[in-house]
Amino acid sequence: MEQFAPVKRSKDGQPVRYLIVDDSVFARKNLARMIESFGGQLAAEAGDGLTAISEFERTHPDIVLMDITMPQMEGIEAAEKIVQAHPEARVVMVSSVGYQENIVAALQRGARHFVQKPVKPEVLYEVIKYVLGEDGAVAGAAGAGA
Amino acid sequence: MKMELIQPFINAADAVLSQGLQGTTRVGNLSMEEAAYRRKGVAGMVALTGDIEGRIVLDLEPQTAVRVASHYAGAELPESDGLVKETIFELANQVVGNAVCALNDQGFHFRVHPPVLVTADEGDKTSEDVEALMMCFETAMGNVFMNVALRYNKQRMTDHAAAGR
Repeated sequence: MEQFAPVKRSKDGQPVRYLIVDDSVFARKNLARMIESFGGQLAAEAGDGLTAISEFERTHPDIVLMDITMPQMEGIEAAEKIVQAHPEARVVMVSSVGYQENIVAALQRGARHFVQKPVKPEVLYEVIKYVLGEDGAVAGAAGAGA
Repeated sequence: MKMELIQPFINAADAVLSQGLQGTTRVGNLSMEEAAYRRKGVAGMVALTGDIEGRIVLDLEPQTAVRVASHYAGAELPESDGLVKETIFELANQVVGNAVCALNDQGFHFRVHPPVLVTADEGDKTSEDVEALMMCFETAMGNVFMNVALRYNKQRMTDHAAAGR
């Protein structure tokens, strides 16, 4: 997989920590490989919305990558609950069901961005940088905190 | 079954397979299935409910499924590895998700259900209002079969028309 310039946390230069939520093991592995190529660190994984909430509470990741269609609790509802409890949470929806209705619902309920599956690493990388804003820094870039 | 329902699935499968397998795909055989559906190997089914109802099955012969899953995993997987099934599920999910986006743009509303493994060797026979279309995508890793059986939910369509949507 292509390697990207590492994105670090501005405040301490540490790797960005991710919570990956998807009921598909395949999708979780695929996303984990991508974040590794971005210099990130996997904080936790979850296969449904309910587990995502408890894993968020346990690990406090910098970014949540959240699928929509999942058993027990769907991703949009889980994102809403996480953001209600932690307004600073950065949730990026990652789903193949990327029609406008879903995107709007996700954004209205607290998600910061939406990435359509199949995920292109270069697209996710740009979204991660955008969502982190000033809290993220590309290692080696001018003014990077790392 | 109308082509306007089928075309988004063909386009989506072509796009998902071309991107994921990093090669060109070619749509091979395309036929209406009148007899009961016969599973080829590792098959994942995604159900749709809403304005259009039905199911889509993505079906790969076992060796093709292993090759495809190994390609995505970046390592040789044994046929028994659970990741083989998971890969086919996720591909089915992506094809359906992308197709549903196109249909949603046309005003159809759906709920996409999580993929399930098809274990029966033979499926239900198609009926007058639920025809199934079988198509084969030829890829460098082998043939990928997609069986699409959909129908309009007439009650939902009538409700939308009455509501002026």
